[in-house]
Amino acid sequence: MNLLSFLSLSRRGTAPVARERLQILLAHERTAFGRSDLVAILREEILAVIAKHVAIDQEKVKVTMERGEAVSTLGVDIELPDSKVARLASA
Amino acid sequence: MAKVIVVTSGKGGVGKTTTTAALGAALAKTGQTVCVVDFDVGLRNLDLIMGAERRVVYDLINVVQGDAKLTQALIRDKRLDTLSLLPASQTRDKDALTDEGVARVIGELREKFDWVICDSPAGIERGATLAMRHADIAVVVTNPEVSSVRDSDRIIGLLDSKTERAEKGERLEKHLILTRYDPGRAERGEMLKIEDVLEILSIPLLAVIPESEEVLKASNLGSPVTLNAPQSAPARAYADAVRRLKGETVAMTVPSEKRSLLGKLFTRRAA
Repeated sequence: MNLLSFLSLSRRGTAPVARERLQILLAHERTAFGRSDLVAILREEILAVIAKHVAIDQEKVKVTMERGEAVSTLGVDIELPDSKVARLASA
Repeated sequence: MAKVIVVTSGKGGVGKTTTTAALGAALAKTGQTVCVVDFDVGLRNLDLIMGAERRVVYDLINVVQGDAKLTQALIRDKRLDTLSLLPASQTRDKDALTDEGVARVIGELREKFDWVICDSPAGIERGATLAMRHADIAVVVTNPEVSSVRDSDRIIGLLDSKTERAEKGERLEKHLILTRYDPGRAERGEMLKIEDVLEILSIPLLAVIPESEEVLKASNLGSPVTLNAPQSAPARAYADAVRRLKGETVAMTVPSEKRSLLGKLFTRRAA
């Protein structure tokens, strides 16, 4: 360890190093092991868009991904409450 | 309707069993019926932390395999009659747990209790995936330390792919409990900060449990910290977590021990 890095560690502490190492490592591991929360990400973002206009029950939303050889399909199934549907249709 | 929680982490020794016992007892104290289930087959410890190690007759494997009824295996807590324990087997092997058997037992528990809290074994293998399989809510226990954060990231990946809810495209609530946190060391840059861990794992925070002597004292006595020292900092943090799980909005704080002036002076000097 040279003097410069020693000084920087003693000033900033070791936690920022831990944080940087983790960020680099996990970015790599998430692609390797597929923390492919693509479905989870899509779910949250689709929900956010719809929630701008309609109050929806988080429990009544299903997002599924079927991976086939030639085609993959994304299924989004959202149950809307009746009165809100009417409001959406008239809006 | 009953809620099933899995307490999981990937890495061992971060506080899953302590957290399971503390949350279970704190929930039971609010009058809700709770069953804590030990999924760590072969290395059971929840019985010991709950102080029920001498009362185990039948276990999860016996019930899964149909050798005992659920009611025969459940151990009612001596301090709180709303709290029960379903112990793991100490002698059998985790392969004795079948998918169908676990599904049936969780189904039966859902009918009997308001909350079912599954204490997951460490690792990412069968025992851990079976413990999370039927969960509605996952509590990921993490220490502010690189290997624990990395393993939690892997576990979050599994929660998003191997659980029943994930497979059906339904929402699985995920929460983080950060344990053994030392605000002083984090402030001095010696420990990852709460924000660092949250930014890396990107799941919502349920509680921050400060490092405390009370956790070991409670485990020595076989009493969940929320029962043994309800006014201690970790117990107050767990009690807040329970209120959040029940849907209340509680401001996030890191409780600290109430110390005498002399005690404060001494710690400051030592730090």
